[in-house]
Amino acid sequence: MSILNGKTVIAIGDRDGIPGPAIQACAESAGANVIFSSTECFV
Amino acid sequence: MNSVVKGASYVLVHAPDMLVKNGTTQTTERIVNPNSEYLKTLGKHLRSYDDAVAYLPNQVYIGNLDPVELRKHEQPWYGTKFEDAARYGRFGEIMPQAEFYFLIQACDEFELVRLEKGFVGEYKDAFFASPVVTDLIRNRIHDGVDAEQLEKILKEDGEGLYLGDRLVGAVKKAHDVDLALSSHVLLENLVSKASHVLSLLHLVDKAGISPAEVDYVIDCSEEACGDMNQRGGGNFAKASAEIAGFSNATGIDTRGFCASPVHALTIAASLVKAGTYKNVVVSAGGSTAKLGMNGKDHIKKDMPLVEDVIGGFAVWIGEDDGKNPIIDLDHVGRHTVGTGSSPQAVITSLVSDPLQKAGLKITDIDIYSPEMQNPDCTKPAGAGDVPVANLKMIAALGVKQGILERKDINDFVEKHGVPGFAPTQGHIPSGVPFIGYGREALLNGAVNRIMIVGKGSLFLGRLTNLFDGVSFMMLPNEGKVEETGKASGEELRKIVAESLRGFAKSLLSEDQDE
Repeated sequence: MSILNGKTVIAIGDRDGIPGPAIQACAESAGANVIFSSTECFV
Repeated sequence: MNSVVKGASYVLVHAPDMLVKNGTTQTTERIVNPNSEYLKTLGKHLRSYDDAVAYLPNQVYIGNLDPVELRKHEQPWYGTKFEDAARYGRFGEIMPQAEFYFLIQACDEFELVRLEKGFVGEYKDAFFASPVVTDLIRNRIHDGVDAEQLEKILKEDGEGLYLGDRLVGAVKKAHDVDLALSSHVLLENLVSKASHVLSLLHLVDKAGISPAEVDYVIDCSEEACGDMNQRGGGNFAKASAEIAGFSNATGIDTRGFCASPVHALTIAASLVKAGTYKNVVVSAGGSTAKLGMNGKDHIKKDMPLVEDVIGGFAVWIGEDDGKNPIIDLDHVGRHTVGTGSSPQAVITSLVSDPLQKAGLKITDIDIYSPEMQNPDCTKPAGAGDVPVANLKMIAALGVKQGILERKDINDFVEKHGVPGFAPTQGHIPSGVPFIGYGREALLNGAVNRIMIVGKGSLFLGRLTNLFDGVSFMMLPNEGKVEETGKASGEELRKIVAESLRGFAKSLLSEDQDE
C-alpha cells in the first residue's frame, strides 16, 4: 500500500523542479487528499 | 531574410546600499521584525566593490572569463578572487553604486531625483570619465542640492539614496495619493531604466551599432511603469532609448516574468525577418527588489551577500549579413496553456518538440542555456543548482527517448551545459546570459547549435496558476543571404512567361473540348 494513501498532503512545488500540480497529481494517484498545492519560484 | 544576432552587452551595478534599503527581503523584515538579528548583522556581510569585481561569476557575466572556466574553481566561488579581474569586460562593466546614482539622476525627466552637492563634487569626475557615458548624459547632471533638501524630501514620503549611512540623494514622490507614482515605485523604475540605459550604451560601445541605426527597442524587464489609471502603461523601452540617444527608435515593453527576454528575442527576430524593422534591440535593466533576496540564508551560512548587483543586458538583432549566427524561427519551443506541468511535458514542449520538427535529437544541441542562475546564490537557499537541474531534466528526457543511458546524465550536463553565472535578478538569468559567448562560439565554429530556454513564473501574479516557457535555437551562418520578397527582372519574366504558357494551354484544351 502507498505511504500516501489516506494522508492529507500540502504540496509545495518548484518551477525549476517538480511543479505543484504535478506533485498533486502523483499524490492523489497514490490515494492522498491534497488540501493545498502551489508552485513557488525560488529565483 | 533571416534574423541574426549581431552583438550583445552585459552590465552589472554593484549596489550594496540599495540591497539594504530597497531589497524586498530587507524592507519586509523592517516592517515585520524591525529589531531582528538579520537586520543587525546585514552590514557585516556586504561586499566591497573590489570584492564584487573580483567575484568569478561577475567577471564571466561581463565577458572577462569564459563560463566553462568556472569548472576549474571549486564551489562556492565567493572565496576565490579572479586575479585578472577588471571593471570593464568585452561585453560590459560592473559600475560602482556612486556612479550609478548619477545615471539614475540623468534618467529623471521630472526633477524627482536630487543628489547632494558634496556628493556630486566628489564623484562627478569619476562618472564623467566613463568611456560609455555620452555628452547627452553628462549635460543632464545637476550641480546638486543641500543635505537639508534631501531630508525634506524624505519627510515628504521620499526614498533615499545612500553610501553606507550617508544620505547622498533622494527620490520624490510624483503624486500625493497615486501609489504607482510613489517614490518607492519611481525609484524601482528609475533603477530599471538607468541599468537598461547602461546596457544600451555598452551595446553601442561593444557591438558597434550606431545609435541612429536602431529602429526599435524591446524592454523585457519585470517592472511596470504608469499611473493609477494604467499601472503598467509603459514604456521603459522608448524612455531608455531616449537617454541612450537612439533618436530614430521607438519601442515597446514585453512582459512575461523571467520568460520575457526569450519572448522578446523571438518577436524581435520575427520583426526583422518580416522586414518591418532592420535593427531591433532587445534589452532590460535590473531589479532593486531582488537585491539580497536570499540574504537570510546567505547570512545563516556565514557567507557574503552575493546578490548585491543589479543586472542588465542588450542584444542586437539585425538582418542577415551572411556572417552572424541565425535565430531559427522555424523551430521555436513553447509551453502552451494545455502543455501541463510535469517536467516531462515541460521539457518536451520547450526542447524535444522543436528539435523533432527540425529532425534533430537532444544530443544535437551543443550547448543549452536554460535558467543561468549563479549556484552561489541559490544553493545555500535550498533552491539547488538551477542550470544543472534544467540540464538534468533535458538529459532525463533523452534517457526516456532512448537517446541516452541513465549513467550518461552527468556527462550530458557537463558536455551540453555551462555553469550558471548570472545574478538572481529574475529575467536577467533567463537563457540570455549565454548569448554573448554563444554568438562568439558559433562565429568561430566551436559549436554548431545552441538552444536558449527561458521560463517565467506567471503564477506569482495571481492571475493564473500556469508558468511559461519559450525557446529558440541559434545556428551558424552559412553565408548564404536569402532574399525574400524581392524577385530579379529575369525571375519575374520567367514567372510571367510560365503563367502565360499555362493560360494558353488551358485555352487550347478548352478549344479542343468544344
